[in-house]
Amino acid sequence: MSWWIYLILILTTTGAVAWVFRFAGQQLTENRPFYRDMPFVIAFGYVFGGVVLVGAMIYYLQSTDKNGVPAAGVIFFRWAVQGFVGFAIAAYLFRLFGRYVGTAGTRKLFGSMPLTAAFGVLVIIIYAAVSIFAGAIAPHGQEEILAGSNIVPGGNPLLGGNPEFPLGTDQIGRDIYSRLIYGAQNTVGIAFATTCLAFFVGGSLGFLASILGGWIDQLLSRAVDVLMAIPALIFALLLMTIASVWSNQLGIDRTIFMILIIAMIDSTRVYRLSRAVGQNIVVMDYIEAAKLRGEGMGYLIFKEILPNALAPLLAEFGLRFCFVFLTIASLSFLGVGIQPPLADWGTMVKDLSQFINFAAFAPNVATAPLLAAGAIALLTVAVNFVVDWMLHKSSGLKD
Amino acid sequence: MGSIFQIILHRLALGLVTLLIVSMVIFVAVNALPGDFAQAILGQGATDEAVTQIRADLGLDQNYFLRYFGWLGNVLTGNLGISFAQMNFASGMGGDQVSLVGVAEQIAPRFRATMFLAGVTAMIAVPISITLGILAALYRNSLFDRTVNIATLSSISSPEFFLAYILILLLAVLNPVFPSLSNVYEGMALGEKLNRTMLPALTLTLVVTAHMMRMTRAAIINLLASPYIEMARLKGISPMRVIVRHALPNALAPIINVIALNLAYLITGVVVVEVVFVYPGIGQLFVDSVKIRDIPVVQACCLIFAAAYILLNLIADILSILSNPRLRHPK
Repeated sequence: MSWWIYLILILTTTGAVAWVFRFAGQQLTENRPFYRDMPFVIAFGYVFGGVVLVGAMIYYLQSTDKNGVPAAGVIFFRWAVQGFVGFAIAAYLFRLFGRYVGTAGTRKLFGSMPLTAAFGVLVIIIYAAVSIFAGAIAPHGQEEILAGSNIVPGGNPLLGGNPEFPLGTDQIGRDIYSRLIYGAQNTVGIAFATTCLAFFVGGSLGFLASILGGWIDQLLSRAVDVLMAIPALIFALLLMTIASVWSNQLGIDRTIFMILIIAMIDSTRVYRLSRAVGQNIVVMDYIEAAKLRGEGMGYLIFKEILPNALAPLLAEFGLRFCFVFLTIASLSFLGVGIQPPLADWGTMVKDLSQFINFAAFAPNVATAPLLAAGAIALLTVAVNFVVDWMLHKSSGLKD
Repeated sequence: MGSIFQIILHRLALGLVTLLIVSMVIFVAVNALPGDFAQAILGQGATDEAVTQIRADLGLDQNYFLRYFGWLGNVLTGNLGISFAQMNFASGMGGDQVSLVGVAEQIAPRFRATMFLAGVTAMIAVPISITLGILAALYRNSLFDRTVNIATLSSISSPEFFLAYILILLLAVLNPVFPSLSNVYEGMALGEKLNRTMLPALTLTLVVTAHMMRMTRAAIINLLASPYIEMARLKGISPMRVIVRHALPNALAPIINVIALNLAYLITGVVVVEVVFVYPGIGQLFVDSVKIRDIPVVQACCLIFAAAYILLNLIADILSILSNPRLRHPK
């Protein structure tokens, strides 16, 4: 019960220091507006942030507990901090690189880019490279069953590791490092293909509905309304149940059904947006002119409407990709998504998840499932950062 | 008041129609199965007469139209059918001697558990997100705002199971504060139940807080440019008071809307979280049934999820109409 006494003590001390901090600031800078108009809460915030930082640093630097080894919590904290700082530095260098190298256009783009967006672009480039060259990077095949199962990550033979498998092997002896790399190819590749399909179907139908109007528009829009009334993950699970029966009888891979199902569910969302955007464009004079010239429907959609709708659709593509990617990862995690011989991050998290329970006394062991889950999270966070920046830029908001 | 009643009645009717069509979609999707239930129940080694027997029992020899309305009638009277697992068990035990538990009785306690989880989450998430949203609007573009912004954007875009495992790692394995398995059951003491529900609830809180907080911030910032806020500021009121007393009441409509939408998300988004923590809710039952293709249960769960989703969206709609004074007091 004594922890809350400590809490009150820390808070009151911080408050006192904050008051002194503001007072000292006012005296030393002869009442500069920054200190003069500073509310107490903000001073408290600065000091509190400082206290948290110092606390984190002490925690990070504490060398050992009584046995001579850092506690598991400290090890995880160090990894997290190293990862965070490493990525921040990499993003900063990448932005610096982009500001001085490349065409005038890209240099200008990088000039106004916040660090989060630079981080996002960097991560997306890395993922794309890894997924394209997975076969060349990965030391082993994704389905290859090697000597020795359940080798501990870390590569230290004293702790049950093997330098040949830096991240260890799974229950049936497949190299986790290679499977993580192939996971980029499978998970990201399938998600990308699904999103493209959803955009092709949803976008075309949406533009078509906005050009034609009338009963086709009504029919499509009402159908989309109904499909959107069923929550996406639930609908996907229902359809996957049925698809699993179909795939057994027809001998078609279940992954193909999954791509079609998720593309169908997602194309409804794309349809909504592209119809709304299309309706604003269809009333323009140049569309009228093109129609009078006697251009066909394909020309109208791809040459007249699409180029003008590209900016909002591109931002939507990022968000939709994240959504599709997370849905596929969730389905795989639940065991009905991408099927086993293929390496896939969601399935890996599910298969390796019980190792997290050993984290307290063997932090190395717990890294494999966290790396797979973290790989998913990292990409979605990166895409979201980029989309956030794009939306911010195109809306012209300054607040 | 006439017109507002009309609008609400209109929305209610629309919701009902949507639900009806959704039930039709679910029915069609399920009945598009190659073969039929009878074969699915009996599996590979089905004899012809057993298939015919079950087909007659389930009424599968009738036409689609009759079956749909029969099913709908049963659903409306609370009869959701009997799960395949139960039927398989019964046929294995030799038929009629075994008393079967219907899907409705199977789902009811699960549904209550899920509602409990969603309720606990809402009680944690709503105050936190509104407070954070107000603070972020108050100190917008400061270091605090940017930190909160980045943190929430990261948590909203991470998969639920990643957040769940991080929380397990931090709060169950490294610092054993809460249990990582939430095996709650009916009739458990409330304190113990809360303790075991805490980790799934915290995970869901991380997932939904970001959205609600960002909407609160955006709604308040949108209003800050209006002349009456300028006036209040010129009167010399403190920034906190300007936001809480002047901006917040007018920003309530979008905030309430987004809260209701997130509750809808909560009820459907629990699936993954329940599986991670082995929480005995409806999501867990749904996933298990999907894996063994237990179609009556899948159908019923899907319908319940869709109904909850539509209902909460409807509530969001109606609340945002009610909180709009221009609609409440028509000229």
